[in-house]
Amino acid sequence: MYRYIWLVPLLPLAGAAINGLLGRKLRFSEKLIGGIAVGSIALAFLITVAAVYSYAFGGNAMWPQTYVTSQDGAFSFTWIPGGAVRMTQGVTGRAFIEPHGERQAQQAQRLNGEDGQPINAAGIPVGEGSVLNVEWSYQLDALSSIFMLIVTGVGLCIFVFATGYMHGDTGFYRFFAYMGLFMFSMLVLVMGSNFLMMFVGWEGVGLCSYLLIGYYFDRQEAANASRKAFITNRVGDFGFALAIFGVIATFGTTQYTNVFGQAASYPLERLGHWGLLSWIALGLFIGACGKSAQLPLHVWLPDAMAGPTPVSALIHAATMVTAGLYMVTRTNVIFQHSQTMMMVVALVGAATALFAATIGITQNDIKKVLAYSTVSQLGFMFMACGVGAFAIGIFHVMTHAFFKALMFLGAGSVIHGMHHEQDMRRMGNLRKYMPYTYLTFLAGWLAICGIIPFSGFWSKDEILWNAASTRYIPVGWIVWIVGTIAATCTAFYMTRLVAMTFWGKEKFLREQAGGEADEAHASAFDKGLTQHDAKFESAGDRPRHEPGEHVGPTGSAAHGAADHGHGVHIPHESPASMWVPLAVLAVLATVGGFVGISTAFTGGKHIGGRMNIVNFLDPIIWNPTTHNFGKEEMLDSAGKPVEGEVRARAEVLPPGTEAKEVASPYGDEGFNLAHVAESRLHSETLTEWLFIVISLLVAGIGIGLGYLFYVKDTRLPDIWAARLRPLYQASYNKYWVDEFFGWAVTRRVMDAARGVFAFDSKVVDGAVNGSAWLTRLSSRITGGTDQYFVDGVVNAVAAFVARLMSPLFRAAQTGFAQNYALVMVLGLVVAVALFFGADIARAVKSVFALIL
Amino acid sequence: MQLALFNFLSPAFGMLLQAASNGRFAVAWEKAQHPDLSKFLIIGALLFIIGVAGVLTRRNIIVIFMSIELILNAANLNFIAMSRYLQDTGNVNAVAGQIFAVFVIVVAAAEAAIGLGIVIALYRNKETIWVDEIDILKW
Repeated sequence: MYRYIWLVPLLPLAGAAINGLLGRKLRFSEKLIGGIAVGSIALAFLITVAAVYSYAFGGNAMWPQTYVTSQDGAFSFTWIPGGAVRMTQGVTGRAFIEPHGERQAQQAQRLNGEDGQPINAAGIPVGEGSVLNVEWSYQLDALSSIFMLIVTGVGLCIFVFATGYMHGDTGFYRFFAYMGLFMFSMLVLVMGSNFLMMFVGWEGVGLCSYLLIGYYFDRQEAANASRKAFITNRVGDFGFALAIFGVIATFGTTQYTNVFGQAASYPLERLGHWGLLSWIALGLFIGACGKSAQLPLHVWLPDAMAGPTPVSALIHAATMVTAGLYMVTRTNVIFQHSQTMMMVVALVGAATALFAATIGITQNDIKKVLAYSTVSQLGFMFMACGVGAFAIGIFHVMTHAFFKALMFLGAGSVIHGMHHEQDMRRMGNLRKYMPYTYLTFLAGWLAICGIIPFSGFWSKDEILWNAASTRYIPVGWIVWIVGTIAATCTAFYMTRLVAMTFWGKEKFLREQAGGEADEAHASAFDKGLTQHDAKFESAGDRPRHEPGEHVGPTGSAAHGAADHGHGVHIPHESPASMWVPLAVLAVLATVGGFVGISTAFTGGKHIGGRMNIVNFLDPIIWNPTTHNFGKEEMLDSAGKPVEGEVRARAEVLPPGTEAKEVASPYGDEGFNLAHVAESRLHSETLTEWLFIVISLLVAGIGIGLGYLFYVKDTRLPDIWAARLRPLYQASYNKYWVDEFFGWAVTRRVMDAARGVFAFDSKVVDGAVNGSAWLTRLSSRITGGTDQYFVDGVVNAVAAFVARLMSPLFRAAQTGFAQNYALVMVLGLVVAVALFFGADIARAVKSVFALIL
Repeated sequence: MQLALFNFLSPAFGMLLQAASNGRFAVAWEKAQHPDLSKFLIIGALLFIIGVAGVLTRRNIIVIFMSIELILNAANLNFIAMSRYLQDTGNVNAVAGQIFAVFVIVVAAAEAAIGLGIVIALYRNKETIWVDEIDILKW
């Protein structure tokens, strides 16, 4: 079955092509467009499920081997053929190459020299050309299986939701065309078998993100946000592209299986040692930062909420932003070779997690809160990767996809039910009006807070435990502390969100609202301008108002029940097409965590064989200690260790050594929180339980604080905001990062542009104009000379000659035919005389001699 | 008139003089019956000279045409004579000269037709056929 995975990206592309190219021309109905879009995704999802099942669990499952569609001819073609590439990087030694044949003997003689030929760590000669053939084929392994399932499965839910949410939009066909294109790009990204295919998908999702953020392109805010996202992503893509060049120059190929096989044999690079793989990893991580919104390239993601809410759910929460995680995990061989980069990843992730979580506390736009929550959760995932727990990072990607998609769709449902109201200060007690949305949202809330047994608990707890007990980097305890504080903040701001939205007083009854919320609207509300008369733009899009626009009472007749989005209105529950996907995602968010159940609960082992996500992902994770792929024992479908893997480990490890007891792969370990705790408690399980209790405790504290602030005593937020005014201001204004970038980058770029423009207009144009002036001057001089001197001389000579000679020649032209004939005859006579004169004279002489 | 007669007779006298110089009348008669090539060439040359003189000296355009005919026929005579001579010497392609003569006659006829047409047109415009009154070739 997994032979047919090439259909998976193709189906959404076909759906997008039909909708995008024909939807407008043939005036497809919403039902047809939705049917095509949802149908193509559903089919892709079914194929994915069947393919993954047959790959991992079927009768002759390929797991743990990697399946590439080119290996059995299922699907592949040469995409970029026969490029010559010069492998210039990665010389680690020299060797004498055994020549085969006469030609190679000559080469070897030339290249071997006295010291031998330069080779890289994989024993491959470096410095000579290699042939770079890039093929287009899909790869199916543990990592891409999980991503395919997330993308198509969560995508299906969101597509169904979007058919309800986007109902009545004039750009319905356009929306689903973009969404389908996004699915295609994302699937190419996660299914590609080489770096260039990943790059194609990478740029494709960036493009679709741009198109969908700017979906309401007639709104300045959305257009700006889309540009911001695109440009910020370019910064990351630049790093990614450099890393790909590095990979090509080092390994001479882009195919994953080939690259990682070579990379595994390179030496480890300790902290502070910037070797070749560190630089490649740095480039890759810059790319991941751009796509996954890590500091300092996170600025685009909150603004991306200007797009329709299903887009925010699919692209900016569940799938696209996790592309960075996919890439880091995919290239974990390279990252794990560089302890420096592991530490950079962990610290950047931790910083982002805390940074975004603190911003999320003070935001009032429901989607903004979720956006910063997403940034924060992505930070958690990078934290996991940085401390070496790549599988746990992917586990969190999965659970996060469930609960964050759920919450975004829930927010979309709220916005839909509230008639495009996004400001949480004008919501409240929605559980009464939107019971399904409320109940499903609760599952997402408990999951992200990390309450047992919801899915978020398992992944987040594992991340924190791995941070505390990591042997990869010496600063695991810092990461753990930062992560724990961030988890507390997460619980607090999510409780705040739920409290302001679903609990408490029905504030929308008191306050008139309408139009799309933004900060300008909110500030007008704060000043007591409670009424709002947003101008209704009947452009087919949403009602809206401009920032700074006057808001005040208008005629009461204008605020009738039919006046969409204005005046007091009662929220309503969303249609089934919207809450059914919510219910599906709620179930997943509740039970999804059991595939990665913590070892503390199961006696120190990852149970469940391949069904456990850690075991399932094991074959693609490289182990720097054993220099092999796979950290744990590889288990077959019956749960028994695979023979070959056990032997491979036994060769490396001394007998009787547990994998856990191995010292840090990089040698220096530094202060390790978990080890200290373990030495006090004398039990590993107890230590793990301690950390579980701590993480549950902080979640409880966060929820309790949120409840206290926003339900028990609603005056507290204002009091504490006033008390911690500088902190509140910093958080409310997002730490002025946008302003900083505006000042440090945008202004400087514009200054530079102005400078360059001045240089261009003054110096370059001056040079051009000056040379033109010089040319004109010289041409005037030479023109004058020509006109008055040269022409004068020529004319004078010609006139003189004409005067002198013309009577002669004129006289010759009599016009009488006979004159001309006479000249001809004279000419004849002359010619004859010239040629035969002597003969004639002799003949005449002889005749006279005869006669006389 | 006398001059014209002399013109006509002078080739015959030439022949006789040449023959007489050899001293034997019978041989001279024989040679008059079968004149050799040079005699025809001389006659052709004389005809040519008469024609050229006519073209250059006569004012009437019709006469000039006739003189041109003379020139052409002088050429024809040369062709025929050469053809005969080459036949006598056994050349296989001797008939070419005769064919050429036929061509020249055709061309002469065509030329006469066109020339006379021009003359008529000229006369209609200028009311003269004296060539010394026609000097429009200058323009």
